[in-house]
Amino acid sequence: MTDVRLLVQRFDPLTDEKPRFAEYSVPKREGMTVLDALLYARDYLDHSIALRFSCRQASCGSCGMKINGRLRLACYTQVEELGGEKVVAQPMDNFEIIKDLVTDLGSFFAKHKQLMPYVLRSDSQEMDHPSAEFLMKPEELEKVLQFTYCIKCGLCTSSCPTVGTDALFPGPQALAQAYRYLSDERDEGGKRRIDALDTAHGVWRCHYAGSCSAVCPKGVDPALGIQLLKRHVMSGKARSEGAEVWKQQAAAAPPLK
Amino acid sequence: MPCAMVETSRHDIVIIGSGIAGLRAAIEAARVSNGKADIAIVTKVQAMRSHSVSAEGGTAAVLYPELGDSLESHAFDTVKGSDYLADQDAVERFVKEMPNEIYQLEHWGLPWSRREDGRIAQRNFGGYSYPRAVFAEDKVGFFEMQTLYDTTTKYDNIHYYQEWYATTILSEGGEFRGVTAIERKSGDFVQILGKAGILATGGSGRLYSFATYAYSSTPDGMAMAYRAGVPLKDLEFIQFHPSGLIPSGILITEAVRGEGGVLLNKDGERFMKRYAPNKLDLASRDVVSRGMMTEIEEGRGFKDEASGLDYLHLDLSPIGAQKIKDRLSQIREIAIKFRGIDPVEKPLPVRPVCHYVMGGIDTDIDGATKLKGLWSAGEAACVSINGANRLGANSTAECLVWGKITGAEAAKYVEGKPQPATPGGQAATEEKRIFDGIFHGGGGTNPYEVRDALQKVMAKDAFVFRTKESLSEALRTIRELKKKDFLHCEDKGRVYNTNLSDVLEVESMLTVAEVVVAGALARTESRGSHFRRDYPARDDKSWLKHTLAYPGPDGPRLEYSTVKITKYQPAERHY
Repeated sequence: MTDVRLLVQRFDPLTDEKPRFAEYSVPKREGMTVLDALLYARDYLDHSIALRFSCRQASCGSCGMKINGRLRLACYTQVEELGGEKVVAQPMDNFEIIKDLVTDLGSFFAKHKQLMPYVLRSDSQEMDHPSAEFLMKPEELEKVLQFTYCIKCGLCTSSCPTVGTDALFPGPQALAQAYRYLSDERDEGGKRRIDALDTAHGVWRCHYAGSCSAVCPKGVDPALGIQLLKRHVMSGKARSEGAEVWKQQAAAAPPLK
Repeated sequence: MPCAMVETSRHDIVIIGSGIAGLRAAIEAARVSNGKADIAIVTKVQAMRSHSVSAEGGTAAVLYPELGDSLESHAFDTVKGSDYLADQDAVERFVKEMPNEIYQLEHWGLPWSRREDGRIAQRNFGGYSYPRAVFAEDKVGFFEMQTLYDTTTKYDNIHYYQEWYATTILSEGGEFRGVTAIERKSGDFVQILGKAGILATGGSGRLYSFATYAYSSTPDGMAMAYRAGVPLKDLEFIQFHPSGLIPSGILITEAVRGEGGVLLNKDGERFMKRYAPNKLDLASRDVVSRGMMTEIEEGRGFKDEASGLDYLHLDLSPIGAQKIKDRLSQIREIAIKFRGIDPVEKPLPVRPVCHYVMGGIDTDIDGATKLKGLWSAGEAACVSINGANRLGANSTAECLVWGKITGAEAAKYVEGKPQPATPGGQAATEEKRIFDGIFHGGGGTNPYEVRDALQKVMAKDAFVFRTKESLSEALRTIRELKKKDFLHCEDKGRVYNTNLSDVLEVESMLTVAEVVVAGALARTESRGSHFRRDYPARDDKSWLKHTLAYPGPDGPRLEYSTVKITKYQPAERHY
């Protein structure tokens, strides 16, 4: 088999002024993934190539990068599906580069944390000392399931045009996870979650470009999650405004005899 | 790169590793201390990337005694699976703790698969007398990691050191004091001090070339403990899972067979009837893997020309297309993506693959090591509930139980304990070793080639079937590799230098591989996953005991300790 031309974007902030490309020639083998090709280059051609990787089966979310211009997981992209001749690997957009293909996801994790990615409930005794499971019908589970597939790889947030222009926007990953917990039957976070999202830089900044859903390697549809969040916020508002009106009317009405 | 004085940070509890065991320990320590303990998680990867995410099929727990399951049965199956090398008091504690862990994770949001009535569903797994594997599709480890990681973000007293590579344990006067670590992002070398430590650094399966493990599963934690004088226990027992996908080694979960998938040889024959007439494909993993390797050796396997690997067929068609799509969606996705085969239509090529290490850092029933103030949990540790062979769905379970136990123990230990003084000199010595010795050092051997050679010899000579000759050959090769001049770093950059940590990983791999092989060579019997062709029978009279390896001047020094037997007297295993 012929070799693959592997072009890797290199950048070391301590020595380089701007990113450059280095080219490596990697012997091709059947079933080779882009991660395999990068590791061959790192192990046998240039030990200083920096990349992040771990599980090599699209479960851990480490190896998100831009491959031949598209945001993908390196372990989940076959060299052959790129034409088999030339592979161009670049770091994800929207994040600062630490070195080469490694980006800083600090703000990404911070935004995820900010939107409270955990079950909120008031029965702390039961939460700390469970007596049995909370019942959940398969169809209730189905509602949240696709949003639980998120592996926090950052590809969606990297693809988002709004994230690129508003640093305070939580981005599709964090928002989709907010929806995942909000829509979970076991969660009581409702208003607290809505308040955290219904802000100037929050859920309304999403213009529904839809790129997040297009790049997700796990079939999550963050754009849908964000739309559903907007609906929740609106209907929540409608409900509470309605309740307010009802309370005023009740107060103004003559007392019952 | 090195700085004149080593920077220091201080916490109450320092957890090394961020898999299921490490995260569970952190949450428990946070809860038990009512938010008071200052907890650090030091992890060489980002905190949700650990190998635990790759666990697929299930987590075992007794949930439905009214339907015929019992703690007694879970305990017995586990002990029998272990070939009677498990400590039975630990097994009894384990099965008792497990149901609560399932409900606890459920309350924290884990999307366990459900029965029609809304209760948690279970499926069958190898070696069990009741279908007691709780599952969330076929992404059990992933969902457990997600749930635990997300839950840790609730606690302000849990601090992450993400992508910090721990290099050595600091101790003074026989007590744990902390670890040294390199921050990948800055290249800084720091000492992270703590009153208590928990090693939850996972298994060491990357010792083998064909492994289900993530690339990050190297025995850093085990080697650190060993160098600190904490013995490694029963490391010769390595589990070879029956179904690693050709050619990557990616795991095809045992749940495939639990749901009805069958193993076939090249004649289309269900060969497991020869090796386990009752349980067939669902016998314990050691039994199935030996059956498979016998079929291959006797010429009834297939050969993959590209990789040179022999294999057998795993036929999913008895499960049915709908159930494959509903309950084994990830397996289908993996098979299509990594092998170009849709298992709904065609059988998968599989072979035995390094999957788990039963042995690990020696601990007592509370997860405490022989170094005061240091605990260990999960695959890194050896309590031991797995003995000579672990049952499927018991590893994620063990991570949860001993994560919880060690987190609670460490939290109690640090309460009211003053922060000890900074240990003198050790961090500086370690810095010198790493930066003067390796970072600035030279040498002609590519460390990645040393790693390759090690993985190759382990896969050839310390695999499913072993002999004195094969193990001696492995030991000789390991010792030759140790002498090579690979302890140097070509990457001279300060930022995100993985070359440096890779060299340290290779060093740890050689250290631990030597313990694996020395233990296997000494153990002249066959038990569980350790099968000696020259000693094919189990020998309870001489070998019903745990191996304990300490570092010695000429390699590992082996001692032995008693196996705790409570209810179940050793008997011959039949499946």
